[in-house]
Amino acid sequence: MNFKVSKHIDLNQQASWCPGCGHGIICRIITDAADKLGVGDRIVTVDDVACGQFGQYAMDYNSIMGAHGRVVATAAGVKRARPDALLIARPGDGSAYSIGIESTISCAMRNENILTIVINNSVFGMTGGQMSPATLYGMKTSTSPFGRTAERNGSMMDITKLLGQSDMAYLARCSVDSIANINKTQKCIEKALQKQMNGEGFCLIEILSPCPTNWKMTPAQSMEFIRNTQSKALPLGEFIDRGGKEA
Amino acid sequence: MIEVICSGFGGQGVLVAGMILADAAIEEGKEVSWYPSYGFEMRGGAANCDVKINDGEIPSPYCLEPDVVYTLNEQAIDTYESRLKPGGVLLVNSTLVPEGRTYRDDIVVIKVPATEIATELKNERGTNIVMLGAMACASPLYDEEKMRAAVEHYFAKKGKNNPKNAMCFDRGADAARSQL
Amino acid sequence: MAKELIKGNEALAESCLRAGCRFFSGYPITPQSDILEYLCWRMDELGGSCVQTESELAGINMLFGAASAGARALTTTSGPGFSLKQEGISYLCASDVPAVIANVQRIGAGLGDIFVGQGDYWQITRGGGHGDYRTLVLAPASVQETADLAYISFDLAEKYRHPVIIATDGTIGEMMESVELPPMKEHDIDKFDWAIRPRQEGEKQRVIWNRFWDLGNDEYPIYLVNKYKEMEENEQRWECVQTEDAEIVLVAYGISSRVCKSAVIRARKEGIKLGLLRPITLWPFPKKAFEALGPQVKAFLDVEMNILGQMQDDIILADGNRHPVEFYGEYWHTIDENKILAKVKEMLEKY
Repeated sequence: MNFKVSKHIDLNQQASWCPGCGHGIICRIITDAADKLGVGDRIVTVDDVACGQFGQYAMDYNSIMGAHGRVVATAAGVKRARPDALLIARPGDGSAYSIGIESTISCAMRNENILTIVINNSVFGMTGGQMSPATLYGMKTSTSPFGRTAERNGSMMDITKLLGQSDMAYLARCSVDSIANINKTQKCIEKALQKQMNGEGFCLIEILSPCPTNWKMTPAQSMEFIRNTQSKALPLGEFIDRGGKEA
Repeated sequence: MIEVICSGFGGQGVLVAGMILADAAIEEGKEVSWYPSYGFEMRGGAANCDVKINDGEIPSPYCLEPDVVYTLNEQAIDTYESRLKPGGVLLVNSTLVPEGRTYRDDIVVIKVPATEIATELKNERGTNIVMLGAMACASPLYDEEKMRAAVEHYFAKKGKNNPKNAMCFDRGADAARSQL
Repeated sequence: MAKELIKGNEALAESCLRAGCRFFSGYPITPQSDILEYLCWRMDELGGSCVQTESELAGINMLFGAASAGARALTTTSGPGFSLKQEGISYLCASDVPAVIANVQRIGAGLGDIFVGQGDYWQITRGGGHGDYRTLVLAPASVQETADLAYISFDLAEKYRHPVIIATDGTIGEMMESVELPPMKEHDIDKFDWAIRPRQEGEKQRVIWNRFWDLGNDEYPIYLVNKYKEMEENEQRWECVQTEDAEIVLVAYGISSRVCKSAVIRARKEGIKLGLLRPITLWPFPKKAFEALGPQVKAFLDVEMNILGQMQDDIILADGNRHPVEFYGEYWHTIDENKILAKVKEMLEKY
């Protein structure tokens, strides 16, 4: 097979993701999107604690490991200090929607000019598959052993419903369950980075991403799960696309 | 070292009065500290500030034995009269304090209808200035002419010069003079 | 230069700006809010960034980003808000990121109250968050000193790649005094080889994270021990007032030390040999000042605006437990120089 890997993917270091994890794919398309726009030398990432932090081994960008749930705020801080850098905050669904939800919402309200990529596997991955705000109804996790219900565990978080009416620049949900969706996701990242260069403001892309280990599935079953279940509960699409200023 | 406590209701301008004293001293090259009540203490309740003026370093910014207690309501007298140095000056806003109230006999009490005078001059917010006039006249620590200029200087600096302030100041000074 | 009449909180803000600070993120809380209010207009004039954040947590974590990027970054708070900042301060220490955090202290645990106090000594000096760390702590006792210490706080932070806490209090923050402000300085955001910016061609990857991942698990403890040793050796600051012949030495910082100075003057008039040792750095605690005291000292009196006498432990340690250490504190009332004197007289009879 003949394929090209971005020079920003570091092939010498080991990112300790589980087999079948979506994080590696997402790092690939982030670097590809930046290369496509020719801005690989402008990217700074702020990674959350937990599985996402291995991105610092996978990609060779300068980066910060922020505190859990704070990476969106931290990325906004970097952006304000260095307006020329292109900032990508990379929290998971536990970080962005649970402990860090106030910063996710407030950075959207302030329209901080950064891109937040939320890797949503509907669980707290690193800590062993506990329920997250984005855990689907009926989904069994180590802290929703009988399956999630609204009565017992609270409503499922759908960020597009929460922020869908806000004035932020861009809000989309993508997936990496198929080649087609991977390509679409890369396009969305390119679009969001372009918006950041235009100074349009806060962009959030949620990416549905497989976690075979905590879902207790094979990698192939995990992709099926995203296709048939997760993306049914959390539909894909572009929910806000303000257009904004010309480049 | 000169110590002055200014006290009254929030909104009567006691903090500004203290600030004018501080500003005047700084213009003369003195060291100054001005410490206000803050936060919820300011919401409609009592307002007060401690002003200390010295040629050298000011140790504590709190007024333990003030030379002057400048009050614009009765509660302020209840709180601060006892702290006044023997021979010190207590300024009383007689518009708001009953005529029959008794005071320590080792201090100088100057009663000025400050609110009434300010209202009469259609400068209700100038109550504090009336009392500054009275203070400058009554306290041997202050020079009336210099203080009069300091008041003007303070408001000019803020870009809020109001000729009625000078009238308030003079009426306050006159009221004090008649009692000395 | 002419002196100006300015509030402690505003002096802190203005002095940080003049030191080259161009980033502020913070949240309203009394008695700190003047700083936020001041910077909300003044930062604009200088082309910096001032954000009123959604929370104290966001305040410290936005600062973490800006400081990691090499900017001189400031956040400020009081009591309860300082508790919320601890996570971020722990991260700053673990990642070797210089920044300045001010705590305009008030009284009490929980809500406590907005009244002037010195309620947070333990938290400020021990490292209030998780893990092995302390921070440099500067404790000004006047508006002038607030301006002076704020001005050098960023230099200290950058010298050690470490956060610096400025510990003031409600009185020092809210009061106005005559001040000479320092001159405006430029800060070069690109002067560090560790600061995060987009990676330049041919440059090594820069990552701000736990420093023990950079240094290795064997090297890191040695590095850390030496870093703290160096700060302890070099950064102790204090002021002594008439301690040369003092039999009782008052130990107080911030607003309490101001009242203590008045008490010393009053005591000397009565022929009482009273002195004052004022820590300017709370950490490192000025042990050297205690070592230099003469043999005539009989006892120490710790004076603070809290209930439990939080600084007593440090005095006992700095003195090597050679003398009695007593405590006089106030909560809800300001320190009273007459009460200090009464206590001193009592101690002179006892010791």
